[in-house]
Amino acid sequence: MSSGLVNIAYLIAASLFIFGLKGLSHPRTAVRGNQLGALGMLLAIVITLLDQNIIGYEIIIAGVVIGGAIGVILAVRIQMTAMPELVALFNGFGGLASILVAGAALLEVSVLKGTAGAIALNAQFSISTFASGLIGAVTFWGSLVAFGKLQGKVNDGAVRYPFDQAVKIILAIIILIFGYLMVVNPDSSIPYWVMIVLASVLGILFVIPIGGADMPVVVALLNSFSGLAAAAAGFVLFNSVLIVAGTLVGASGIILTIIMCKAMNRSLTNVLFGTFTVTEGGPSADEVYGGKVKSTSAEEVAMLLEGAKRVCIVPGYGMAVAQAQHAVRELFDLLEGNGTTVEFGVHPVAGRMPGHMNVLLAEADIPYERLKDMDEINPNFKQIDVTIIIGANDVVNPVARTDPDSPIAGMPILDVDYSKTVIVIKRSLSPGFAGIPNPLFAADNALMFFGDGKKAVEDMVKCLKEEIG
Amino acid sequence: MDSFAMVFTIFVLAAFIGFEVIAKVPPTLHTPLMSGSNAISGIILIGAILSAGAQHTWLTAGLGFVAVVLATINVVGGFMVTNRMLSMFRRKD
Repeated sequence: MSSGLVNIAYLIAASLFIFGLKGLSHPRTAVRGNQLGALGMLLAIVITLLDQNIIGYEIIIAGVVIGGAIGVILAVRIQMTAMPELVALFNGFGGLASILVAGAALLEVSVLKGTAGAIALNAQFSISTFASGLIGAVTFWGSLVAFGKLQGKVNDGAVRYPFDQAVKIILAIIILIFGYLMVVNPDSSIPYWVMIVLASVLGILFVIPIGGADMPVVVALLNSFSGLAAAAAGFVLFNSVLIVAGTLVGASGIILTIIMCKAMNRSLTNVLFGTFTVTEGGPSADEVYGGKVKSTSAEEVAMLLEGAKRVCIVPGYGMAVAQAQHAVRELFDLLEGNGTTVEFGVHPVAGRMPGHMNVLLAEADIPYERLKDMDEINPNFKQIDVTIIIGANDVVNPVARTDPDSPIAGMPILDVDYSKTVIVIKRSLSPGFAGIPNPLFAADNALMFFGDGKKAVEDMVKCLKEEIG
Repeated sequence: MDSFAMVFTIFVLAAFIGFEVIAKVPPTLHTPLMSGSNAISGIILIGAILSAGAQHTWLTAGLGFVAVVLATINVVGGFMVTNRMLSMFRRKD
């Protein structure tokens, strides 16, 4: 097949990726969009298999069969609550594959030297290889640490150590030196693999200090990196579809990263390198809560819900941990059946990855029109009779609006405190990631329902059934 | 136009298209967007296929093989799990 035809086929594949992503702009067209993307991938693979340089198919077939089987098992068996872990893992695999592809291209250079199939050895080749390996290694190890943190196997707090920023900067400088060595010794693989080891350490150090609640930013950023590593590999191999597809993913991850940062009112630099310190002199938990917290029972909540016209449910990471989404669906059905309008207020950083809560609620068959973004739901809270918060804390803390000295000052929050009654389902009064008390819990219109999210919602459902009769 | 300028042009234009298209994805679909774009970044598979198939040395073929396995996990797993998620967003009526 001539290279012209191959490139046309790659162009079609790249266009299918773009149409596929465009399809994701609405839940109705999204399934079709994803299929178009898959079709584009199939086309790119089939065309590549026809490449004249391929002399044996055994290794490729073995790899595809093994990888395909693992992929199918992961995709079918994964729990929806574990999606952040799976995405982190996939990001990592993409990164590692980029390291290997760029490394193999570098080895081929020395094998093919002087033959017709030789790749032009120039600074562009070396720099592209360097970029692909560097981004790939940071992505792979960063993703593994993120995976460990999401699984709770690695300390999911913000792990700090003395001179941590300086260590990373020095490491980055050494990596750049090895990048320079790659450019001046273009046919040696040694600087590349040394650089990979160093970049691996950098990847680990990069994610270790980032705490659990900042994971949406990290997962989105690593998603972007996995695409950019593939795009860099495209520069190594001079392959247009690798560049286009990798860049699309890179752009997607960056947009999500920016959205996540805005939703926390923090800069990316602050999330990645900043210290999230609790300001001294803020009110203590005792001052905020002392004698003002009212606890409630399932019976009382059921009575409130029975008379409510409009109810908003605000899910947080706690709902995912408690696997409460199906119990929430039952509550939703019961209330809707009783003539109550139920909506869901979803904060952009609720959960451990962008859109985490929406997927869990969709899994529980909540119609997507009822899932409202922060901007959509916020003007409505004054008309809402009862707001139920399940396992969310910092994203509903009114201090963000009222106290300019608070560590979360200026962070956009869900204005749940404007609704007539707020019911907070929570295990205890312990602070969220920001480490500050939440005056909402002591507000006049707030009632605390202490307990496990799933159990609490199930109890509400039971009492509400008796109430409605 | 020299070849580097050409591939760099492709890169920059693709970035613009990416920003335009993805800015329109609603927050509800951000998780499927991540897993779906993840599957697309499995495009590295074609680089892996070229290394594994050309078999210049056993080492490049070996690196290619591992890369094929990893990239196929991304492609197959990514598209399938995205499909599974998106089917849950379909209106049930």
